[in-house]
Amino acid sequence: MLSRNPLITLLRFLFFAVVVRAVVLVALGLTVRHRERLPKDGPAVLAANHNSNLDALALMSLMPLRLLPKLRPVAAVDYFFTSKAKGWFVTNIIGIIPVERGSAKKGSNPLAACEEALDRGEILVLFPEGSRGDPEKLGPLKKGIGHLACARPNVPVIPISMHGLGKALPKGSMVIVPFNCTANVGERLYGTGGYNDFVEALETSMTALGAEETKPAWE
Amino acid sequence: MTRLVGLPQHVVYATAGVWALLIAATVLVLVLRWRKPGHYDELIDRTMSWWWMIGAFTFAIAVNKTVAIVFLAFISYLALKEYLSLIPTRRIDRTLLLFAYLAIPIQYYWAATDWYNMFLVFVPVWMFPFFPALMALRGDTQNFLRAVGMLSWGLMLTVFALSHMAMLLVSGEVDNPVAGGVGLLFFLVVLTQFNDVAQYTWGKLLGRHKVTPHVSPKKTWEGLIGGVLTTVAVAAFLGPYLTPMDPLWSALAGAVLGIAGFLGDITLSAMKRDLGVKDTGGLIPGHGGILDRVDSLTYAAPAFFHFFRYFFTP
Repeated sequence: MLSRNPLITLLRFLFFAVVVRAVVLVALGLTVRHRERLPKDGPAVLAANHNSNLDALALMSLMPLRLLPKLRPVAAVDYFFTSKAKGWFVTNIIGIIPVERGSAKKGSNPLAACEEALDRGEILVLFPEGSRGDPEKLGPLKKGIGHLACARPNVPVIPISMHGLGKALPKGSMVIVPFNCTANVGERLYGTGGYNDFVEALETSMTALGAEETKPAWE
Repeated sequence: MTRLVGLPQHVVYATAGVWALLIAATVLVLVLRWRKPGHYDELIDRTMSWWWMIGAFTFAIAVNKTVAIVFLAFISYLALKEYLSLIPTRRIDRTLLLFAYLAIPIQYYWAATDWYNMFLVFVPVWMFPFFPALMALRGDTQNFLRAVGMLSWGLMLTVFALSHMAMLLVSGEVDNPVAGGVGLLFFLVVLTQFNDVAQYTWGKLLGRHKVTPHVSPKKTWEGLIGGVLTTVAVAAFLGPYLTPMDPLWSALAGAVLGIAGFLGDITLSAMKRDLGVKDTGGLIPGHGGILDRVDSLTYAAPAFFHFFRYFFTP
């Protein structure tokens, strides 16, 4: 659950309405293709490729501010909870749902928090590759997204292919270099079959969306 | 010169004329859409974008010179960002590109302070050797020449060439008793954009013979000649009202703008073809990216600036 403290809610709103939008608008310049395919309300899952720490923020800026209280990026505990300040920031301001990475303990469902959030009508921002991997390349998808989609077969999963953010702020860098970025939104998918089929369909969709862009070499 | 709301009176009236033209064009497009719904979506997008662009330009020149210079510098920034996003990049050059962006405020500072010599030498004499040396110090020689060449040309087009608009605004002030630096800037920008529209329209109406079938198949001799002649006629009429040039010199300036604008247009088209993209970006609905809109200005701005400086600056 997001913090209900009004001061934190205001800080979160200001952070996204002012800082994130300014960076996305001026430093990046985000071109959105098929904006009409984005969900109008929750519950929903935005599933995107992962290249940069800016990914979640850029994706969240695609949605109207009215939906900000429902927007929850899903992130790994081990990466973001390395210090107290960082943990406070990602929990309260970014509003992440923390999940344990790697092999789940027997008997426990690592995605329980995500399912509960969807049941509350929230919109998850999720990176099925699991980590940022090779810059500007789509790595193999993890199975978690398939389990989640099949556990909530009524919730639409929207595949999104992003490009450019891995150049603007790649893994291991602290400095943003302005580059134009694109987000290509795909048709929604539902987890009505088996989870392997779902992951395969999502991977096909994201690969096709990525191939629609002309990407200059980045070597 | 008489001033009205802080601007030379002639510029105010000329701006009103541009808005009248825009409103007339909008009405025309709306009538077209009403008669044939769904056929003119791109034209509608284009026209709507013109409202934004003309609105921003009017705002920038109307507030004061500083705002106008910041506005022009921001166009350079958007153009450079778009260019750097289109070309192949070496990962090792990523942070070095920050310096390329830093060249923009510095170059526009020379323009703002009317420091002509620094304005002329900063990019070609200081920036051009600076980046290759920095790349060499980083130690990666793979695709070194490609990286140097591409960055230099990008700086030339988006920073050096476009900054001539700001230099014209500042240095033209004393040389234009009719309507000041802003009058010259207005003449350059409005006529170059008008020339684009005129060449497009003549090409649509009469276009038969292609000029550059492999680079830009939509460019025709009919469009080029019709467009340049229209620009020459409008320039001859507008020049004496906004600049110290008489109708004949104004007509010549119109020809310079029209031909330079065409060359800028096909040069950027050749670049897009090489990179395998149709538009340089998606910033301006109906037009493409910012480079698609300022392509003709990358040639027309320096050409007009030096034409004017050579013949009309004592």
